[in-house]
Amino acid sequence: MPRLKTQVNRSSHLFLPLSVLAILIIINLIKGADYFKITIVNGAFYGNIPNILFGASELVILSIGMTLVTAASRGQDISIGESGAISSAIFVQYVLRSGNVTLGTILVGFLISCVAGMIIGAFNGTLVSFFNVQPMVATLILFLGGRSIAFIIDGKVSPILANEISNRIGTVIPGVPIHTPIILTAVFIAVVAVVLKTTNLRLYVEAVGINPNAARLNGINPKKVIFLTFLIMGICAAVAGFIAVNKAGRHDSVNLLKFIMMDAILAVALGGNSLAGGKFSITGSVIGAYTIEVLNRTLLRLEVNPEAIKVFKAVFIIVLMIIAAPEVRVFAKRVLDKVKRPSRTTPYARQVD
Amino acid sequence: MQSEIILKMEGICKSFPGVRALHNVDFTLRKGEIHALMGENGAGKSTLIKILTGVYQRDAGKIDLEGRPVHPRSPQDAQNMGIGTVFQEIALCPNLTVAENIFIGRSRDNFVHWKKMNAKAAEILDSLGIPASPTQELASCSIAVQQMIAIARAVDMDCKILILDEPTSSLDEDEVQKLFALMRQLKDRGVGIIFITHFIDQVYEISDRITVLRNGELIGEYETSALPQIELISKMMGKALSDVSAMKKQELRKSDDSVPVFEAVNLSSAAGVKPFDFTIHKGEVNGFAGLLGSGRSESVRAIFAADKVTSGEVKVNGKRVKIKSPLNAMKQGIGYLPEDRKGDGIIDELSVRDNLILALQVMKGFFRPLSRKQAEEFAEEFIEKLDIKTPSTSTPIKSLSGGNQQKVVLARWLLTHPNYLILDEPTRGIDVGTKVEIQKLVLALAEAGMSLTFISSEIDEMLRVCSRLIVMKDREIVGELSGLNLSEQDVMHMIAQGGQS
Repeated sequence: MPRLKTQVNRSSHLFLPLSVLAILIIINLIKGADYFKITIVNGAFYGNIPNILFGASELVILSIGMTLVTAASRGQDISIGESGAISSAIFVQYVLRSGNVTLGTILVGFLISCVAGMIIGAFNGTLVSFFNVQPMVATLILFLGGRSIAFIIDGKVSPILANEISNRIGTVIPGVPIHTPIILTAVFIAVVAVVLKTTNLRLYVEAVGINPNAARLNGINPKKVIFLTFLIMGICAAVAGFIAVNKAGRHDSVNLLKFIMMDAILAVALGGNSLAGGKFSITGSVIGAYTIEVLNRTLLRLEVNPEAIKVFKAVFIIVLMIIAAPEVRVFAKRVLDKVKRPSRTTPYARQVD
Repeated sequence: MQSEIILKMEGICKSFPGVRALHNVDFTLRKGEIHALMGENGAGKSTLIKILTGVYQRDAGKIDLEGRPVHPRSPQDAQNMGIGTVFQEIALCPNLTVAENIFIGRSRDNFVHWKKMNAKAAEILDSLGIPASPTQELASCSIAVQQMIAIARAVDMDCKILILDEPTSSLDEDEVQKLFALMRQLKDRGVGIIFITHFIDQVYEISDRITVLRNGELIGEYETSALPQIELISKMMGKALSDVSAMKKQELRKSDDSVPVFEAVNLSSAAGVKPFDFTIHKGEVNGFAGLLGSGRSESVRAIFAADKVTSGEVKVNGKRVKIKSPLNAMKQGIGYLPEDRKGDGIIDELSVRDNLILALQVMKGFFRPLSRKQAEEFAEEFIEKLDIKTPSTSTPIKSLSGGNQQKVVLARWLLTHPNYLILDEPTRGIDVGTKVEIQKLVLALAEAGMSLTFISSEIDEMLRVCSRLIVMKDREIVGELSGLNLSEQDVMHMIAQGGQS
C-alpha cells in the first residue's frame, strides 16, 4: 500500500500540466485535424508547433527563474518583465554605440545585460533575504519604476536594432531549420539541467523553502540561498529580454515583456508547484509555460474576439485548474471505485473484514 | 484569608487516541488565591486547562463553577462564564491601540464609540496600575505591558477565574515583578488565579497553593509554604526521595587530563542563557540536567551556534576556533540533534534519503553533490544499521513515525562522523523500544571514542547514559555531579538548592 502511494506522488506533480496540455490539444484537433502539420518555408519549419515553441521562449526561461524564487522565498518576483526591459535596453545601447556590429559585439552586449540582470536580481534579493521584505512588495518597486529606467537608458522612443546578427538571433539562421529563439531556449534549459545536476541547488532551495530553521541548523544559510535564486532570476530575465528584443528588432520599453510575470507565475502553478514554496519541478513549469502559449494560440485559432481574449483566457484557466485539481481527482476516483466495486461499501462486506 | 471555593473540578478524565491524557484529576480553586499548576512536559497541565476553557470536552468528571455545574463548550463559552485565559504567546493585535485591544470583538453595536471606549480603557488601566495609554499602539508597549493588557482584557470581561499560562517566560526580572504586583492586586479583588510556569522560584514567590500533576494523574494539592522545593521537584519528576537507592550505578569513566575535545569559556547566546563554562573529553557522555525551561537547550544551542553567540571563547582539541554559525560548528566536527524534531530537525516534505544526507552534503559544499548512487548507498546503510522503518529511501520523511524520523536525523549526524555529538531530547515522543535503542547507541558511540552531550527530561535516562551531569536552573549552571554516587536525589537536591544561596 505505501509503495502504491509513492508512485502516485511521484507522477502527480506532472499530472496537472500534462492533463491541461492534453485537453488543449484535443480542443485544437477538434477544431482542425491539421494541428500538428509542419511546413518548410525557406528551409525553416513553420506550423503550430514551431510557432508555439518560438512564441513561448521568453516565458519558458522566465518561468524557470520564477520556479526557483517561489520555491526558496515562498513568494513571487513581479518585476521580471521590467528587469528584462532594463537589461535589454543596456544590451541595445551597447550594440548601437559600438558602430560595426560583429558576433563579438552581440556576445559582449549580452554578457553585459546578464550582469545588469544580476544586479537587479541582487537588489531584489537583498530586500527579500536580508531585509525580510515580502517578495511581491520588494519587487513591486522595480515593477513600478523599471520601465522608466529602461526608457531613460533608451534615451528616445523605441531605438531600432537593425543588424543582420540580431535579425538572425530573433528569427532564423540561414541553413538552420529551427528558429534561433527555440534553440536558445533549449540551450538554456540544458544549462539549467546541468546546474541542477552538478550543484546542490535543488536540495538547498527545497530545504530552505520547506523548513528554513532546519536548513540553518544543517549549515545552510537561508538568506544566501534566497539571494541566489533572485540572482538566477535576474539572469533569466536578462536572457528573456535578449531574445525578446532581438525578436522585435527594436526596444519598446513600454511593451517589451509586459505583464509576463502573470504568465510566469501561472506557469509555475500550472506546473504543479506550490506557490508557498518548497519542493519544485522545473519540468512542470516548462510544460506549464508551453501550455500557456498553446492556450493563447488556441484562443486565437478559435477566433475569439481579441478584445475579449483575456476574459476567455481567465475562464479557461479556471475551468482547467478545477478539472485538474486534486480534489476533483479524488472525487472522480471515488465515483469510479463505487461504480467498479459497489460491494465494498455495503455493511456486510465490512463485517466480513 | 478567604477560602470560598469558586471552582471545583472532580474526576476529570480525557483520552486521545492511544494516549490517556488525564485520569481522575481533581482541582480546586478558591476565591482570591494564586494556585500554581505544576508538572513536567506531558503531565496533563495544558489538557486540564483546555478542558476548563472549553477547547476540549472532558470524557468524564464534573466541573462546578461557584457551586453550579458547568460544561464549557468553547473558549468563548468559558469566557462568558467568567473564565479568562492569558497565554504565553500574546494573542492580541500589535497594530491596534491599547483600548481597541481591550475591547475588540466585545461590542454588540455596529459602531464604535471611540471617546467612550478610550475613557473606559483609561479607567481600567488606571485601576490596575498598568503604565500604558489607551490610544497608544500595542506594539509600542513592552512585552510585559502587553501581557498586562491581555490580563486587563480578560479581567474586564468580569472574570472570576484567570488562567495565566507561562506568562513570565519572555519577561525579565523587573517585568516579572510588575506582573506579580498586578496578580496580587487581582487576588485582593477576589479573582482566583491559576498560574502555570516552569520557574520554581516564581511559584514560591507568588503562589498560595500548588497542585502537581504527573503523567495525567493528580499527585496532590499542597500549601506552598508547607511544601519544600525538593519535595515539589521530586513529586514532579516522579521519584520519591526514598526509592532512589534502587537506581543502578553508572560506572565512572576515567576523567582524563588530556586535552578536551571541546571547551568553552564564558559562553552565552542571544537566547538568554547566562554565560557558562563547559568542557567535554574524548569518549565522554555528559548531560545538562534541569527542569524544562532551565536553559538546557539554550546552552547546547550556544555551543553549536544555533542561536547568535554573544560572548565566549571556544577551543576544539585545544585550539582556539571561532564558531559563529552552525556550519562553523559542523566543520569543527560538532553535530547537533535539535529538541524540536518537527520544527528544527526534519525537512518534512523531502525524502528520507535527502534528509539523511543533508548535513554531509552541506559540509561537502554546494558544488560537490553526492551522486544519486552514493546517496542511495548511505541511506540504505543507515536504514539497515539503525533499523529505520520506511517503505523506501524516497518516501517523504513526514510519513514516517516519530521514532523513525528521529533515527533519520540521528543518522544524518552519524554520517558526518562528528567528534562531538549533541543530542537534545533525542528520545522525546518516541516509543520505548526506540528509546532503549538510542540509549544503547549513545553508549556504543562513546565506547568508540565519540564525545556526546545527552539531554533528556527523564532524569533516570540521563543517569543511565551520562557519566557527568551539569545541573541547570533558571538559565544558569548551578552545579555539576559526576561519579559513582550520581543519583536522582543529588540532582534534585542541586536543582532545589541551586541559585538560592
